[in-house]
Amino acid sequence: MIHSLFLINHSGDIFLEKHWKSVISRSVCDYFFEAREKAVDPENVPPVLQTPHHYLISIYRGKLFFLSVIQTEVAPLFVIEFLHRVADTIQDYFGECSEGIIKDNIVTVYELLEEMLDNGFPLATESNVLKEMIRPPTILRSVVNTLTGSSNVGDTLPTGQLSNVPWRRAGVKYTNNEAYFDVIEEIDAILDKSGTTVFAEIQGVIEACVRLTGMPDLTLSFMNPRLLDDVSFHPCVRFKRWESERVLSFIPPDGNFTLMNYHVSSQNLVAIPVYVKQSISFFETGPCGRLDITIGPKQTMGKTVENMMVTIHMPKAVLNANLTATQGTYTYDLTTKVLVWDIGKLNPQKLPNLRGSLSTQVGVPKPEDNPSLNIDLKIQQLAISGLKVSRLDMYGEKYKPFKGVKYLTKAGKFQVRT
Amino acid sequence: MSTSALYNDQGGAEAAVEAGQESTPTSSGTGAAFGLFSTDFKKNEDLKEMLESNKESLKLEAMKRIVGLIAKGKNSSELFPAVVKNVASKNIELKKLVYVYLVRYAEEQQDLALLSISTFQRALKDPNQFIRASALRVLSSIRVPIIVPIMMLAIKEAAADLSPYVRKTSAHAIQKLYSLDPDQKEQLIEVIEKLLKDKSTLVAGSVVMAFEEVCPDRIDLIHKNYRKLCNLLVDVEEWGQVVIISMLTRYARTQFTSPWTEGATFDENNEKTFYDSDSEEKKEQTEAKPYIMDPDHRLLLRNTKPLLQSRNTAVVMSVAQLYWHLAPKHEVNIVTKSLVRLLRSHREVQFIVLQNIATMSIQRKGMFEPFMKSFYVRSTDATHIKTLKLEILTNLANEANISTILREFQTYVKSQDKAFAAATIQAIGRCATNISEVTDTCLNGLVLLLSNRDETVVAESVVVIKKLLQTQPTQHSEIIKHMAKLFDNITVPMARASILWLMGEYCERVPKIAPDVLRKMAKTFTAEEDIVKLQIVNLAAKLYLTNSKQTKLLTQYILNLGKYDQNYDIRDRTRFIRQLIVPNEKSGALNKYARRILLAPKPAPVLESAFKDRDRFQLGTLSHSINSKATGYQELSDWPAVAPDQSVRNVEVIEPVRNPSSSHTPYHSFTSYLSNCQFYHQNETSSDSESEEESSEESEKTSTDSGKSSSGSENSSSESESEQKKKKKTKKAPQKKSKPTHHLSSLMVAVQVILTNSSDHSLEEIHIGERSPAGLNIHCFNTIERLEPEASVTVSMGIDFSDSTQAANFQLCTKENQFSVSIQPAVGELLMPSTMTEQDFTKEQGKLLGMNETSATITMATANTSSQAISKQVLSVANVGVVSSSQNNFHRFAGRTVSSGALVLVSLELKESSSALLTINTEKSVMASMLLRDLKQALTQA
Repeated sequence: MIHSLFLINHSGDIFLEKHWKSVISRSVCDYFFEAREKAVDPENVPPVLQTPHHYLISIYRGKLFFLSVIQTEVAPLFVIEFLHRVADTIQDYFGECSEGIIKDNIVTVYELLEEMLDNGFPLATESNVLKEMIRPPTILRSVVNTLTGSSNVGDTLPTGQLSNVPWRRAGVKYTNNEAYFDVIEEIDAILDKSGTTVFAEIQGVIEACVRLTGMPDLTLSFMNPRLLDDVSFHPCVRFKRWESERVLSFIPPDGNFTLMNYHVSSQNLVAIPVYVKQSISFFETGPCGRLDITIGPKQTMGKTVENMMVTIHMPKAVLNANLTATQGTYTYDLTTKVLVWDIGKLNPQKLPNLRGSLSTQVGVPKPEDNPSLNIDLKIQQLAISGLKVSRLDMYGEKYKPFKGVKYLTKAGKFQVRT
Repeated sequence: MSTSALYNDQGGAEAAVEAGQESTPTSSGTGAAFGLFSTDFKKNEDLKEMLESNKESLKLEAMKRIVGLIAKGKNSSELFPAVVKNVASKNIELKKLVYVYLVRYAEEQQDLALLSISTFQRALKDPNQFIRASALRVLSSIRVPIIVPIMMLAIKEAAADLSPYVRKTSAHAIQKLYSLDPDQKEQLIEVIEKLLKDKSTLVAGSVVMAFEEVCPDRIDLIHKNYRKLCNLLVDVEEWGQVVIISMLTRYARTQFTSPWTEGATFDENNEKTFYDSDSEEKKEQTEAKPYIMDPDHRLLLRNTKPLLQSRNTAVVMSVAQLYWHLAPKHEVNIVTKSLVRLLRSHREVQFIVLQNIATMSIQRKGMFEPFMKSFYVRSTDATHIKTLKLEILTNLANEANISTILREFQTYVKSQDKAFAAATIQAIGRCATNISEVTDTCLNGLVLLLSNRDETVVAESVVVIKKLLQTQPTQHSEIIKHMAKLFDNITVPMARASILWLMGEYCERVPKIAPDVLRKMAKTFTAEEDIVKLQIVNLAAKLYLTNSKQTKLLTQYILNLGKYDQNYDIRDRTRFIRQLIVPNEKSGALNKYARRILLAPKPAPVLESAFKDRDRFQLGTLSHSINSKATGYQELSDWPAVAPDQSVRNVEVIEPVRNPSSSHTPYHSFTSYLSNCQFYHQNETSSDSESEEESSEESEKTSTDSGKSSSGSENSSSESESEQKKKKKTKKAPQKKSKPTHHLSSLMVAVQVILTNSSDHSLEEIHIGERSPAGLNIHCFNTIERLEPEASVTVSMGIDFSDSTQAANFQLCTKENQFSVSIQPAVGELLMPSTMTEQDFTKEQGKLLGMNETSATITMATANTSSQAISKQVLSVANVGVVSSSQNNFHRFAGRTVSSGALVLVSLELKESSSALLTINTEKSVMASMLLRDLKQALTQA
């Protein structure tokens, strides 16, 4: 299956290599570099490449390429999913997945890779299992290790590996037992010039942070489960119970995890929390254009819209922007041509407005097309679909855990065409 | 030097000393001239020194640096001898790092690598399953051909190991050995066959992977395991699921008949289901021979369906392809939603999923049409994603949605990404040819684009218009005229060439304009690009043939210009054309046919999807993604016309279903939360199940009715009496020993309680209330809502007795009342069996001497002298496992305490005249004495 893995940084240096079968020379990466050059943007590199003797499957994450070498037929998604799992694991262990962090912990990362695959086939990918075998570094532990000479490597077989609950380790103990669930919904929308919705949908995710002693068995139920149209679960969720009773019944992994992803049924009309009035125009004569954007609240269910931000990828011809914002600040990056307007809290009484002139390059025809606006926003304490958790019950343990549910609505891929 | 160091320890030590001496002075002042080489050399030298030191921490540090070097791809093979010495280290971390090193370099240093083999062979026999597994992992990763027989042996042994984890490792090792030495195939297939029978979910994925790698064509091995694999599937880890599903897809295509309506090909069927009403399709089905799906086929479809909800995108995709290739047409739609969901995932995932959707959407528009909007392009998408979305939108276009799609396309045409805009224009062209209603609209739209400022857009439009006109040239002379007018403003060579070609091809439709264009071109000929020049020559030739009166001179002028062009292609073409069209003495027969050659009707180009023939590959595969056959790709066979024998999948021995729910959703029922003891246990104790029945369960429980006192004075005495009676004769059913621990926690003892309502009215809300001692850990049963009179209900609960025989007290509450219950376990029930060999037993016993040993000489009852009787008696008292014994007069039993896992070893040595020495070795001395008492009692009494 997966033969080798190369980690490549932004400037094309291979800074880690791992082979699960025999060693493959790193010159195989040259094909990749060629494609990388051709693609200009790193995002545009095709994920699957064919070379005379190998196949290269890569992902781009955190400014790094994870490039795997394949020799025989395999499902490409299998490899892609695994590579992302590697990146997730690194992130989980060290807090971020960047070149610096990996280089600092190169031995641990290498050991992790060794455990995650055996002969190219995934062996242990559950973070809980891995953490029992190779303990994540903490400041305290590294001090203790240097003093006592003890190690980061667990010497027993992780219990999770053997049971049918591989995601949870045994013997979990907490003094404060708590279970938090964040219901986060994202609005994906495309609005057209006039403000009509071309396309809108709600995607949600329930992120959980469960710190409970022992082997708790949790049941989470919703007031209105019918809203959920399409769902995907963490392996811990019992599918049969969901099918029959529409409740989430599960033995949670320890710590942070994504319990479920869902999609809200498309019959429900999606409430668009803000409206945008914009006019961007470039003049035929003279090297300039005008920009005027106003944002106001639309359907916010009485909540405040926070963290408003507008991002515009300007056409190449725009040299500079001379604007005034009634609220928040704006920045224009001259090299990437990205205009960012950070508004903050949306005040319904005094609508934020950004207007001014854009200077364009002389001698270049005016940009054909107006750039689209990407909107970011957050609404606390609201799930825009109206989904509500009704209760959380715990079986299997006798203590009373502290339970909490938080709601949050965010803009996902929220785009306004102009 | 390094080699000698290993063979000769003294030499090695000397070398180390030398190196040490050397490194001290050099580190202070290295000569600048040798800086580059010497530092590198010295660095490894001091690593070697560290490895040979006595300090564990130094060795560890050195190994870490070496692994760092390996990770960076730097060579550190010369350290091999120094490293390999540490393979037997006690320090686990050091050992692991040495393993990592060995796996990387053993192939290069085969002779030295052999030195480490004995360590692994020893570790393969280690009582700790983790060590056994990792030894096998490393041993099999050492790609040294000479150890093949050793590997083979190790694999065979590990495949029979009690620990499923070790068996899983052996499945992985099979593939490694196979790639090292393909001659071992036959033997390996035997091991695979054996492992395929394994019931552990842990093993299933890995062994199927080995099967796929070693003997994918031995489909006969799957028959007997087919149903088991289907049933296990939900519980297998996600990576294994992908492999199993893809294998089962292939299997199903060879074993079942097609669920697709007879005679209907893919495309036709699609058209029908999509355009026509359902009733018609039904009619067609009834007309055809009735199709009955094999129940096994159905089983596969049913058991894979829940996996569409997996968080792992690879699993979802593999289920989707399974449905696509195996399910009846009308059922395939259920995968749509899940595939669309994957589009929310990472960019790379989107790419693969979109590719597959593109292939699917060609054949079955209906599947994705409702989700059309999910394929709308965002300006932030990567280029390859945009192109794929465009492809899908084009595939989905039909009469009903074309206006929406065209409106969407209009936005894309304006995109700043010009390559994408050009792709959109091509897509519009495809829509126009596919849907005749909109051809005119599209053409008009494209003509408008001709006045676009961007050259790429204009050029692409011209090219597409050219193709469109070719398909229906009759009524479009207006457009050709329009293009001729625009000609001066168009600079992109490809576009200019296209227009010129159109002029020439349809010069008879625009008789006035074409010669004029030629006149203009004659003026600018020298300044044009090559591709344009060629078309000018073509145009001239065609005009010469149709309208020689007006263009004769112009043509000759152009041909003359061409004759002296710098490009030889153009010179060639000119020469050729001249000979062809201008009659002279030398020109042969061809001249007569010039008109037919140049103005032959040309077939219109077909605008079709690039994904048109992708369906020759199985969906979701690498081959599908790269659109060419990848190494090791296995063709999906066609459905057999007649299904092969179905009975091959029947499994004769039907296991008694111990866990009622294990057949369908093993994990999703509680019972399978049983931890590893389950695997050990089933093998060991199934033989002595009879004796279990007699095993006196947890001691009688005393139920004192405190309910009376708390029930208050209002209760009439009769009522409280009945209450007392009904108060359930809580009776304990004998509990199955095969499941000594409770399902939720291995620390708990499972207790089965039968509650019978012997009162005359129903009891409500029976549940467990307060308990004592306060820290008592009980897993309660779910509250029983209602218990009718005379009805009884069996519940099971888990109690953590913490390895003591202290009674567990708790309140059993009903809606009105509560009763205290006290359960005292027999000491033997606080144990669970442990499996070990005689050697291990003796070894462990050796560690538990002195204070940890309790023994007594007993006189055996005569009935108990046979070994069977002894086992029976001992097992009835204590939940322990039998240790096979080589001596007749020695009986050994091993167990562990449930809570703390401390070993409890029981050995019975028969002496003459029915006396025997009973010994118990355990850390828990209190338990030991209690157990001794119980055993003594059991063995002495008949």
